[in-house]
Order: sequence, then structure tokens, then C-alpha cells
Amino acid sequence: MIHTPHIDWFALSTILALLAASGVSLLGAVLVPARLRRTFGASVSALGFLGGLVASIWLYVDSRHGEAVVSGAFYRDRWTALAQIILCGIGLATTLLSWEHLGRNDDHIAEFFALLLASAAGMAFFVGAGNLMTLFLSLEWFSIALYVMCAIDYEHEGALEAGLKYLVVGSFGSATLLFGSALVYGATGTISFAGIAGAIGAHGLSGSSLLVVGIALIVAGLGFKMSAAPFHMWTPDVYEGAPTPVTAWMSSATKVAALVLAFRLVTTAFPQEEHLWSVAFAVIAVASLVIGNLAALVQTNVKRLLAYSSVSHAGFMLIGLSAGSALGGRALMYYLIPYSAMAFGSFAVVAARERELGKPVTLENLAGFGWERPFLGVAMWFFMFGFAGLPVGGGFVGKFYVLAAAYEHGWAWLVVVGVLATLVSLYYYLGVVRAMYMRGPELVLAGGSPPRDRLTHIAVGMALAVSVGSLFAVSPLIDLARHAASSLPF
Amino acid sequence: MSTAYLTSILIWLPVAGAIAIWLLPLSKYATGSLAVLVSLIEVGFWIEQAARFDFHHSGLQMSEQAKWFGELGITYHVGVYGFSVWLVGLTAVAMAACIGYGFWVGRDRPRAYFALMLLLTGATVGVFESQDLVVFYAFFEAMLIPLYVLIGVWGGARRMEATVKLVIYTMAGSLLMLAAIVVYGLQAHTFDLVNGPTSASRWLFLGFMVAFAIKAPLFPFHGWLPDAYREAPPEVTAVLSGVIAKAGLYGMLRIAIPLFPDPTSFYRTAILTLGAAALVYGSLLAFRAPDFRGVVAYSSLAQSGLIAIGLFSGTSLGLNGAVLQMIAHGLVSVSLFLLAGIVERRTTTGDFALLGGMARGRPVLATLLMTLGVISLAVPGSANFAGEFLILAGAFQQAWWWAAIGAGAIVLAAMYMLRLISAVLHEARGSTVSDAALDVRPGELALVAPLVAGLLLLSAWPAAVSHHSFVGKWPKQPTSSTILFPKP
Repeated sequence: MIHTPHIDWFALSTILALLAASGVSLLGAVLVPARLRRTFGASVSALGFLGGLVASIWLYVDSRHGEAVVSGAFYRDRWTALAQIILCGIGLATTLLSWEHLGRNDDHIAEFFALLLASAAGMAFFVGAGNLMTLFLSLEWFSIALYVMCAIDYEHEGALEAGLKYLVVGSFGSATLLFGSALVYGATGTISFAGIAGAIGAHGLSGSSLLVVGIALIVAGLGFKMSAAPFHMWTPDVYEGAPTPVTAWMSSATKVAALVLAFRLVTTAFPQEEHLWSVAFAVIAVASLVIGNLAALVQTNVKRLLAYSSVSHAGFMLIGLSAGSALGGRALMYYLIPYSAMAFGSFAVVAARERELGKPVTLENLAGFGWERPFLGVAMWFFMFGFAGLPVGGGFVGKFYVLAAAYEHGWAWLVVVGVLATLVSLYYYLGVVRAMYMRGPELVLAGGSPPRDRLTHIAVGMALAVSVGSLFAVSPLIDLARHAASSLPF
Repeated sequence: MSTAYLTSILIWLPVAGAIAIWLLPLSKYATGSLAVLVSLIEVGFWIEQAARFDFHHSGLQMSEQAKWFGELGITYHVGVYGFSVWLVGLTAVAMAACIGYGFWVGRDRPRAYFALMLLLTGATVGVFESQDLVVFYAFFEAMLIPLYVLIGVWGGARRMEATVKLVIYTMAGSLLMLAAIVVYGLQAHTFDLVNGPTSASRWLFLGFMVAFAIKAPLFPFHGWLPDAYREAPPEVTAVLSGVIAKAGLYGMLRIAIPLFPDPTSFYRTAILTLGAAALVYGSLLAFRAPDFRGVVAYSSLAQSGLIAIGLFSGTSLGLNGAVLQMIAHGLVSVSLFLLAGIVERRTTTGDFALLGGMARGRPVLATLLMTLGVISLAVPGSANFAGEFLILAGAFQQAWWWAAIGAGAIVLAAMYMLRLISAVLHEARGSTVSDAALDVRPGELALVAPLVAGLLLLSAWPAAVSHHSFVGKWPKQPTSSTILFPKP
């Protein structure tokens, strides 16, 4: 007889809520009449994310002492719960955006929401993964959902290309991660994060070549998911080709999941190897900052520009990760909150413009947008200045925190790199503002009355509120992040 | 009743006004009126603050402190010293005049325009009142955002280049400052400006100084200045040179000098040299400039150099003179740029080759420009004379040749100001000056006259500022962060 572990169902409640909603939405794709499917799928999705939000907040409150549950396969702690809260928040906003902006017809719309929920459930599981097996399974779980979501608008020219590219490169990343996991298992004889650390300590494995190669491959595999350079090459093409609501979801949620998990993995499983991975992450961070920022300078397609900007922000967050300290953990967790709001919000604004024009948004055809759509324009203005680290949103505080973490770690040079990268990034972020507000009216292409986009306005408003609010509510948010990071071993 | 609320209200009232203007769907006229009203209330609150400030008492007053980044010890800490009160006042008054000017000329897209002008007011007042490095940095950066849009949207034909230069220059400096703040704060375990320890690090000092030198601007960091001052709308140029530039100089006074006494002494000669170079070079460029705004722009560069000499003279005379000169030059340059705008509206140009002979039939314009010119070239009895005299006297205590260079530059000031006056008011009538070009209208006069009146008041009683900025004497050997504010 197979031994079944005790299952803490409450620890899985966020995931279960999302999965349940996903199932209902999938049923709706068959049972609900076509004209109602969009409303049905979106409502179920919104309810699912609300349920997930409630469950994860409850989990946060009720998991003061972190513990590994289900035979150590899953961590029920505040680090997991806070990441799940962020993910469900983004999911809710993505639902609102997709309701109005996904696809030209209602084919597969309910399936889309089912996939969105499924990918969110996978990420919610991923951030709590407690061993290499659950890590890999949940990674594949949300990745497969994302592959399909990228290509769901298959009449669209770039969508299939984006889906295929993401599938090929993403599978390569997964394979790398799996191979690394196998090597680590080979070296230590265990797959649980805590067990790996124990085995390394007990058998003096630190520095063994099998382990080092394994860690390197795992870091590379996660690098693909967080689109950090040099594992970012899929990012601009996929972000450009995927439907914009999907891009908004990927650029914010996938990054949250990958970074949160990476921080837990390296601090829990490989604390003895900190001298290796902190340098590795610092190098990846610098590469991301340099490549992301320089490549963004020459982009004219706004989605590609934002894709490279997301690469550079992966670099900033990896600075917090590379510090490997409690301060770095807080910095990372805090940074993710305004970052995901700004990333989501900026793609949502692009989605609105895209629908208005019926073609890809470039810096050229963004002209006059700020004046035509005052709210979306001002929101984009805030997102761009916030990305650039000017004090109009939490992005400023986040950068301040990661730089402080780097300095505290003794890496003053990383502070200098971060500062220089910010300076370069200003040029293209301001380029977007310039395109929206400072072009002559003769270049304005869109005409007529713009679509109503009420839900998009709500979603962008949520993102704006989080991004600006996090500047003022630093202490409460940092306290949340501190409690979350306290469940990690330092 | 406690007066601490005044400090915060001076920062957040304009911001609240900006949000209200952005959200309320008011007509063009109502939007402008609301903005002018808010800026006048701001002036009212400042008068209240100045009236309740105890100028005989050293140390921070009307301070407020609230937790912001709890764990790093970063707090929302604001308050005012004697000299901050004057700079806040300069900001409030100058911004009211400039917002009024924007209303008078009827800037298009009024909701965005006035909201940004009010945001700029709040951010600038925040710079002069913040007592925590991170808060200071946040406001210092926040000034740039409205400026960028104000120039980029309402500026002249070459505004794009101007904004790019402005942003790249100032952000390069500010980000160096950010790195310096992170390092200083984590070393000192506090970001507080009042209780923070001094530091002997020359690198950190330079990080701060470059940011301030770019903002001020000091030679050779003034590359952004000519384009920005020419392409911005006149009232924005007025704010830039009259108020924003003072934020850079204020940063030297409030942060660079008291926090870094040893590096200040170490680099004193270098900075005085740069100041003197700015003074002479700016004056020469002003003499060569072919247009109204160019003259005033380069004269601002020269004046920033002079003020920096006062600040780094290391004497209490020089410091008092520098504060007085900041206020006096602020008022002069705001008024002059507004006058430049008034002239440009009538003639479509500020080019001296196309101007001339405007005094005939325009007595108000002639009187205003003459008065301002005479004050600006530091005729004895004027506020600028008092300020420059104090600065030079302070510099003289350091070494006589600084005073000699400064005195020489004042002669240059006379040359370029008189050239400006004659090129606009006298000489043959310029090709763009028609009889239809009206004299200064009452509405415009109402904007400029209070500034000129303030200058005349300061000319009559310069001690109002110079004796009410610092309490106590500047010690010969500064040793701690309390050098500006000796404990009684």
C-alpha cells in the first residue's frame, strides 16, 4: 500500500480556489451559449481570483510560523502567501483587461479564462514549492498554460510565432532546470530544499562539482522564466506577439513567481553555496541591466520597449536577490509590488491604444494619446516615471531598497551599476512620455470617439493606486515583506 | 496653537490644488482662477509662517516628523530654519507670479498646465523644508518631472533638445547624489539631516556637489542652461532661474557644507575657483548674448557662481550675503524673464537685432526694466548691492583676490545690463516693434509690480534677510553638523 501523506488542505486553498474556477470556466466553454461566454468566463475568473485573494490573505494572517506541509512538498508560510496575494491581485486586474481586450471574437474566450486561472494556480503552487519535484511540476503547469495563452489569438499573425517561440525556448529552460535538479539530487540524494541544505552540511558536499553544475543549471533555468539576460532572448518577441493582456499577465506575474521562488530556493536549499550564487545572480543582474537598457533605447514598438524594460527590471530585482540577506529579501518582495503594478498597468494602457488603432502601438502612433485619453495618459506618465525610479511611485523606494541591500552586502560597485542603468533607462521612458504628449497634433492618427474601456480604466486605476500608494505606504508594505521574509532561513 | 502644520501645508496645499485641478472638469477660466487662488493662499500661509517664525532662536522650527521607511530610519521630517523661510517665501511669491502669468497669457491645455505648475510649487517648497536626505531627494527629483513636461509641451520650437539635455544633465547629477545618499545613510545609520553625523568622505561630498552644481548651475555644469532657458515658456524659465536654481545652491548650504566639513575645506579653493570662473565667464557670455533671455540666462549663471563663492567663503558674512543674494536674484530674474515674455508677446522675438526703441510711448515697461536693470547691476543701495557686498566681504576674509575677481565681475554686470536696457528700450526702433505693441497692461503690471516692490523693500532693508537667516557666528573651525546652527 502506498503511504499517503497528511494533506493540509487549507494551505492549498488559494490554489484550489483558482483551479475550481478554472474548471467551471472550462465547463462554461461547452455549456454556456456563445454570446454569454465572455461574460461568464470573466465573471468566474474574477470570482476565482477574489476567492484566491481572500484565501491567501487568510493564509498570510494564519501562517505566522512557516512550516512545510504535505510531506515537505509545499511551504505554508507568509513568503508563499504574500506572493499569492500579489499574483491574485494581478490576476484580477488581468481578468478585467481581458474581458474587454482579448481577441476579436468570442471563440475560446472561456477557455482563455480557464487557462489564465490554471496558470495562476500553477504559479501559486510554484511560489510555495518545497522540493525539486513540485518545483518542476508547477513550473511546467503554469508554463504550458502560458504557451497556449500566447497563441490563443491564432488568427493574429504574430501570436502563433510567439506561442511557438515561447514553447521552444521555455522548454529549453525547463529542461535545463530539470537537468540541474537531477544533478543536485545526484549529489545530495534528496529533493527537498531543506534536505539538500542538510545533506550538503552533513556530508561536506559544498563545492562538489556535481552540485555546482546543478546549481548553475537551476539558476539558468529560472533565469529563463524571470527573463533575465542572457536568458531573455525570447522576451521581446513573445511579449510583442502575444495578445497584450497575456503580455501584461506574463510580464508581471511570471516575474513575481520566478523571483520569489528563486529567492526561497537559494536561501533554503543552498545557503552554504552563497558565495557562488550571489556572484552568479549579481553577474546576471548586471547583464540584464546592461542588455535590457541598451536594447530598449532603440525600440520603436512600445511592447518591445516595455519587454526590454522588464529585462532591466529583472536585473534590479536580482540585485536584491544577490544580496541574499534579509534586507535583500524585503527589498525584492517590496519591489515586486510596485513593479508588477506598473508592468501590468503599462501593458494595459498599450492594450487600450492597440484596440483604438487596430494595429501595433509604436512610439510614432502614440502621438497625442496623452491628450485624447487623459486618464490613461496620466497613468502611463506615472508608470514611465515610476519605472525610471523617479519619486512618483513605489519604484523609487524599490530601487532605493535594492541599492541599499547591495551596499550592505559590500557591493558598492553594484550600486554604481544600478545608478548608471537608471540614467540610461530615463531616455526611453521619457521617450514614451514625449511620444504621448509632446508631438504635434498633425501626427495624431486615431480619430473618432475612443472605445469606452470602462473595465480597463478600473484595472489601470488599480495599478496606478498600487504604484503610487506604495510610495506612501512604505512602512506597512515593508512590514508585510519583513514578516514574509522571516519565514526564510537567514 | 502649534505652528508645525504650516510646514506641511505649504508643501501639500499646492499638490492638493494640482490634484483638484486635474480631477475637476472646470472651464479654462475657472481652472486658471483656481490655480491663482491656490498660489495666493500659499503666499498667505507663507506670510503666516514668517510671522510666527522666531528669528532669534536657532535650530529647527515648525518641524514635523512621521515614519516613512520605518526600518531604515527614513522619516518624513520637515521643518524650517531662518534661511529656509526666505527661500520658501521666494518660491511661493515667484510661483504665484508665474502662475498668474500663465493665466494672463492663456496657456492652452489649462488643466495640465496649472496642475503641473502647482506640483512644481509643492515639490520646490518640499526641497527647502525637508530635513531628511531621502525626502529631500524625492522632492529634488519631483521638481524635474513637471519641469520636463512644462518645457516639452509648452516650450519653443527646439524644446525636444532642450528637455533631453535638461533631463540627462540633472538626472546624471541626481543619481550620483542618490548613490551618495545610500552610502552616507547606511554608514551613518540615519538619513536625518538634523541629527546626522558629519562625514569626511570626499567621494560622497562630490556626489552631492555635482548634483547641486548641475542644478544651480555652476560652471562647467551649465550645458543644459542656454537651451532650456530659451526654449521654455517665459514663466517657466523664470521659475527655473529664479527658484529651481536656488534649490541647487540651497543643497550646498543645507547638505554639502554642514554634512561634509572636512571635504568642504579640502575643495574650498577648487569650488571658489569654479564660482569665480562662472562669474566671469557667465558675465562675458551675457555681454555677448544676442537676445533678451540669453542675457538674463547667462547672468543667472554668473550670479550662481557669485552665490557659490559666498557659500563656500566659510565666513558668516559670505553665508548671509549668499542667502540675501539668492532671494534678491530670485526676484530679479523672475521679473526679468516675465518682462522678456511680455516683450516677446508684443514683438514675437527677444532678438536684440529686431528690438529697440520700446521706451517711447511705453513708460511702464521702460520704468520696470530700468528699475530691474539698476537693481540687477548692483547699484549701491539696491538689494543686490547689499548681497554682493556681503559676499565679497566674506570672500575677502578668505583671500583678497576672490573679492577682487568678484568686484571686477560687477563691472561686467553693469555692461551687460546696460546693453540689455539700451537694446530693448533705446536705440533705433526695431523692425518688429510696431505702434500697436502696447505698454505693459495692468494685468501684467499686477504680476511684476509685487516682485519689484519686494526688491525695493529688500533694498531699503536688506538686513530683513541677512540678519534673519542664521543665528550665531560661523565658527572658524567647523567640526560638526551643527556648524550652521550652533546650539544656544
